[in-house]
Amino acid sequence: MIRIEKLHKSYPIGKDSLHVLKGLDLHIKEGEFVSIMGSSGSGKSTLLNIVGLLDGHDTGKYYLNGQLIENLDEKKAAILRNKFLGFVFQSFNLINYKSALENVALPLYYQGMSRKDRNKIALQYLDKVGLKDRAEHLPSELSGGEKQRVAIARALVTNPKVVLADEPTGALDSTTSHQVMELLKEINREGMTVFVITHEEDIAAETDRIVRLKDGIIISDEKVLKKATV
Amino acid sequence: MFDIDRWQEIFQTISKNKLRTILAGFTIAFAILLFTLLFGIGNGLKHSFEKRFSNDAANSVYIRSGITTKPYKGLQSGRKIQFRNNDSKFINEKFVDEIQFFSPNVERYNVQAIYEGEHNNYTVRGVYPDYQPLESAEIKDGRFLSYLDLKRKAKVVAIGRLVEKDLFGNKNALGKNINLDGISYKVIGVFSDPGGDQDERFIYTPFTTAQGMYRINDELDRFGLTYNPELKVDQAIAFSNLLQKMLKEKHNIDPRDQSAIRVQNYAEDAKNVQQLMFGLNIIILFIGIGTLIAGIIGISNIMVYIVKERTKEIGIRKALGATPSSIIGMIMMESIFITASAGYVGLLLGVFALKGIADTVEEYGILNPSVETSVVIGATIILVIAGSIAGYIPAKRAASIKPIVALNDE
Repeated sequence: MIRIEKLHKSYPIGKDSLHVLKGLDLHIKEGEFVSIMGSSGSGKSTLLNIVGLLDGHDTGKYYLNGQLIENLDEKKAAILRNKFLGFVFQSFNLINYKSALENVALPLYYQGMSRKDRNKIALQYLDKVGLKDRAEHLPSELSGGEKQRVAIARALVTNPKVVLADEPTGALDSTTSHQVMELLKEINREGMTVFVITHEEDIAAETDRIVRLKDGIIISDEKVLKKATV
Repeated sequence: MFDIDRWQEIFQTISKNKLRTILAGFTIAFAILLFTLLFGIGNGLKHSFEKRFSNDAANSVYIRSGITTKPYKGLQSGRKIQFRNNDSKFINEKFVDEIQFFSPNVERYNVQAIYEGEHNNYTVRGVYPDYQPLESAEIKDGRFLSYLDLKRKAKVVAIGRLVEKDLFGNKNALGKNINLDGISYKVIGVFSDPGGDQDERFIYTPFTTAQGMYRINDELDRFGLTYNPELKVDQAIAFSNLLQKMLKEKHNIDPRDQSAIRVQNYAEDAKNVQQLMFGLNIIILFIGIGTLIAGIIGISNIMVYIVKERTKEIGIRKALGATPSSIIGMIMMESIFITASAGYVGLLLGVFALKGIADTVEEYGILNPSVETSVVIGATIILVIAGSIAGYIPAKRAASIKPIVALNDE
């Protein structure tokens, strides 16, 4: 689903440039539940931005769903994001003047779907995350956990190939964090590829595969051994 | 552009973000309101000046005679100067190129005019047909005097609008006979005059008729003429000075004698009025452009602020699949919608305000303050375009920054 070969990325800082990703190789297959672990500055957010087509890379190859990503203009990137990717952000990134339902329906608006159809589908996904009764609430009227569940519903509503979650539990307490991770696990069980970025060991431990990043290099890539008791 | 769903999205953004809608709308509405008011008041000033100075043809010259105040060539002072028909001939022969319209004039005050039961006193003037353009009189009904009337010494009159009203009420005077000092004259025309009530209470009859009736032999009272409009103001003044000098010579008057022959030339007045009007036009233009520039700057600032405020939202929308063109389109349509509708509100307010103050400001010499609709619509379009350009530049920038940067904007 996602294949990365010898990926390099650096950011200009004044006259110098900061080499953030130093030749990554990574292959994530369809239906996997992967977490990228690393401290801040390890390059994990940069990796997610490149994978999420929010940012470009310098050298190396990136295949998304078998398609080589290169020379992507903003328009093509927007269409690919809309079609293949769902985003979940640490700070939720809901539009504050739109209701939960409208936030979830927004990606479908950019697919050109009619209002009636997209609201119907959005409501199904809100139901799926258990917030059907909150559909008309504004983000300011929702708790942090509820906001993140709305964001997950929004990420899922286009039925993407991959869900990308950037520190999805970073702004949540441990109980709601757990609930959000359960939700991500559930959608993974339904066959969705889920790609989580975190710096918390226990969050990473809930995924199936942990890739550890340090100073722009992958230092380990291992399957999580499921505890028999769970 | 006419996608209902897109408009719904835009209306939602507009209605859910009242502050910025009001800010942008207020700027435009206020600019257009000010523009309309100032421009309208400026036009009102212009109108009242135009009215004040349109009584007579702007290039007219009147020549009157009086009594000498200085002895000259053995003649004593206190001598009355009398114009005669040969003075008419003299002026016309000497100034063929300079004169456009010319008429000698016999004037009789307080002539009683009677029609059926109604009577009133008026000034009767015996003139040439050329006198009509001199007075800027406009024929409402019938015709003015003709050279044929003059030749025949016809007993015909052209009467002012108010003479008709006084004597005939609502009836039509044309073709009726009125009695002036016991003699019957046929009404051949009714005129109106921008000079106002006084000028609309004159009765004009052929010069020859009046001269025969009221004057001994070929005596006459004064001359009116308009000079060739191609003459420049300075040339026109030189012409009237020369005319005065030659008439004084002809009548043996000391050249320094100011009261024996008086030549009143409107050229100098006209020059001042022209300069004043030019100045007024410049001021009006300046006001208009100034208000527009203030409006453009205002709307530009607000658009920059609005787009800046929405950077994060734009980032979210892009992450969810919005293309740059859809972002630009959204911001532009919003700004065009707001500026156009606010401009319309400002236009309506301005026009109503002008109507409301019209009666009050007339006392202060501002007549009919109004603005051509095309001018205001033009101004609104300029502001709408300015608003869209002002929205387009930051929108384009916002749409082209990487979503990840926009998302991190707080």
